[in-house]
Amino acid sequence: MSDAGEKENLPAAPGTTPQPVVIGSRQGMFGVSDGGDTSGYGGLVAPVLFPAAAVRPYGGYYDEVADQLERALVGGSASYGQAIERVVVDRGEMTLFVAREHLVAVARALRDDPSLRFEVCTGVSGVHYPHEAGRELHAVYHLRSITNGGRQIRLEVTCPDDDCHIPSIVEVYPANDWHERETWDMFGIEFDGHPALTRILMPDDWPGHPQRKDYPLGGIPVEYKGATIPPPDQRRSYN
Amino acid sequence: MTRQTPDIYATSAADAKDAEGAHVYNAIGGDWDTIVDEASALHEERIVVNMGPQHPSTHGVLRLILELEGETVTEARAGIGYLHTGIEKNMEFRNWTQGVTFCTRMDYLAPLFNETAYCLAVEKLLGITDQIPERASTIRVLMMEFNRVASHLVALATGGMEMGATTIMTIGFRERERILAIFEMITGLRMNHAYIRPGGVAQDLPRGAIDKIRDAIPLIRRGLGELELLLNENPLVKGRMVNVGYLDLTACMALGITGPMLRATGLPHDLRKSNPYCGYENYEFDVPVRDTCDAYGRLRIRIDEMYESLKIAEQAAAKLQGAQSSKSPVMVEDKKIAWPAQLAIGSDGVGNSLDHIREIMGTSMESLIHHFKLVTEGFRVPPGQVHVAIESPKGELGVHLVSDGGTRPYRAHFRDPSFNNLQATAAICEGGQIGDVIVAVASIDPVMGGVDR
Repeated sequence: MSDAGEKENLPAAPGTTPQPVVIGSRQGMFGVSDGGDTSGYGGLVAPVLFPAAAVRPYGGYYDEVADQLERALVGGSASYGQAIERVVVDRGEMTLFVAREHLVAVARALRDDPSLRFEVCTGVSGVHYPHEAGRELHAVYHLRSITNGGRQIRLEVTCPDDDCHIPSIVEVYPANDWHERETWDMFGIEFDGHPALTRILMPDDWPGHPQRKDYPLGGIPVEYKGATIPPPDQRRSYN
Repeated sequence: MTRQTPDIYATSAADAKDAEGAHVYNAIGGDWDTIVDEASALHEERIVVNMGPQHPSTHGVLRLILELEGETVTEARAGIGYLHTGIEKNMEFRNWTQGVTFCTRMDYLAPLFNETAYCLAVEKLLGITDQIPERASTIRVLMMEFNRVASHLVALATGGMEMGATTIMTIGFRERERILAIFEMITGLRMNHAYIRPGGVAQDLPRGAIDKIRDAIPLIRRGLGELELLLNENPLVKGRMVNVGYLDLTACMALGITGPMLRATGLPHDLRKSNPYCGYENYEFDVPVRDTCDAYGRLRIRIDEMYESLKIAEQAAAKLQGAQSSKSPVMVEDKKIAWPAQLAIGSDGVGNSLDHIREIMGTSMESLIHHFKLVTEGFRVPPGQVHVAIESPKGELGVHLVSDGGTRPYRAHFRDPSFNNLQATAAICEGGQIGDVIVAVASIDPVMGGVDR
């Protein structure tokens, strides 16, 4: 066996490989939070781990996309290192975590560079992680390149709850107009530079942003044949 | 003292100020002519009209706000949200399998696409995409392609009816009925099927289904031929649709338009070809394109696509026929994921099969525990996020799913093609006649259940 082979077989030294991202923790074994700890496993604590940052090579066309993006950002307002915080490759999908102040520059490079050409942005999806201090709100964009045979990548931008501003990319991808309005409506992320950031699905005078985790689902108990069934968010949960 | 709930619809001082000097016409139950007379008496040409949200030709509860000068639309805006039911939020409070019953109700004309997109995303999160039995994927393809025909038939039928052509409507719905009969035979329901489940499909095809499908396809094809004879060269149809709702490739790309609208500009973009899923790479079919960029081109594309869908359905049926004798599974083998849907018809209707009940109640304690845990708790999905996009009849249907390792979705987001495509309303209506608004909006084929979710 060669030396290289032996080295590859050894566990990596601490701190040399990226660690998974902890976004919360789970207690107990069966996901039940009401009632006493009858199983004896109630004290278990397990972290909720999101995939770690990827190391090169990413595989597939992802290396090429990263290289081309690095090249396309040269001479712009921010370098690749400044704009891209982290690259995650998980389940065959590439996620670029973009610093929010550089989102528009990155989006423009991805759209306009001939070797990248992600012509279509299929909207933005908000996600609320209340336990991630300082980066509670995420905006997730999915891009597709028709020119390059249907390549897909994901951009993820975060912002803190008390400063929920993300620059709008409507000037780059006009298709994002309604999608950003929906994400504002549902999560309260303010897309700076959006031409008319108003509510789209909820009534104009609606208080709150319904898809945030701290917003209750609501509902009323239903009585059926003498038994009362509580609304879904008050039923016993095994989550 | 009782607290007064503020009436949010009451006219405020600001509203009164806004409306100052403007004349308000009320068209409820009235005659358009009286409004025109009233307006001409005031020598006013510019009128703002609220079309909808309950106008029959707005495909559900779409509200169009049109600014008119005479009969010309100078500005058009779409107001949506009247059918928002919080499906995405509700899914966060149900387990992964129950999510299917919610998302199937979004775009209610293409329920099987919603289900498939969601299930493909759950399977990708679980990492079991490769373990889905081929028979399940083939059944999904068969169902989706029939659903595409049914959805396009409604698009043509209602689109025709809105122009006053009731024969198009009756033929369209008549042919769709044949497809709904097939769905009813296979899933038990005509819509809101919840038939496609994470891991496969709920049940295998019932006995005799393939023969019935084979009998139905030529009939549907004949009906399509009848529709073609009625529509393709009909001077009235062409007069209403040619050069109406014009949107070229540049505008489509800018507005993220996909589906028949994009293909009517000459770009053969179809996710079934560019990013195949469910084994679409193994079927032979063409992607019809036109380059007229108008409502007529979209109509012809929908007709052509229906023939292609029937071609795929035939190939899928042939595959299923070949494999029928071997009794291959339609659900993933992993018993920790496969929902126990062993159904049978008893004397009192459909229910759990007696064999399955005998097994879990009489012979196997482990089976009972599994059944109970899976049905009450559901399965756990490793943390992470995925995005899956499929080609629905209206365009790209995208699903963004996030799991935090629990038994419920942490976040489910659907990028419905109708929601995105409806953004083109202003671009395709402004500058045209008010009568063309109906044709242009119908050519987008929006379904408000999907738009508002």
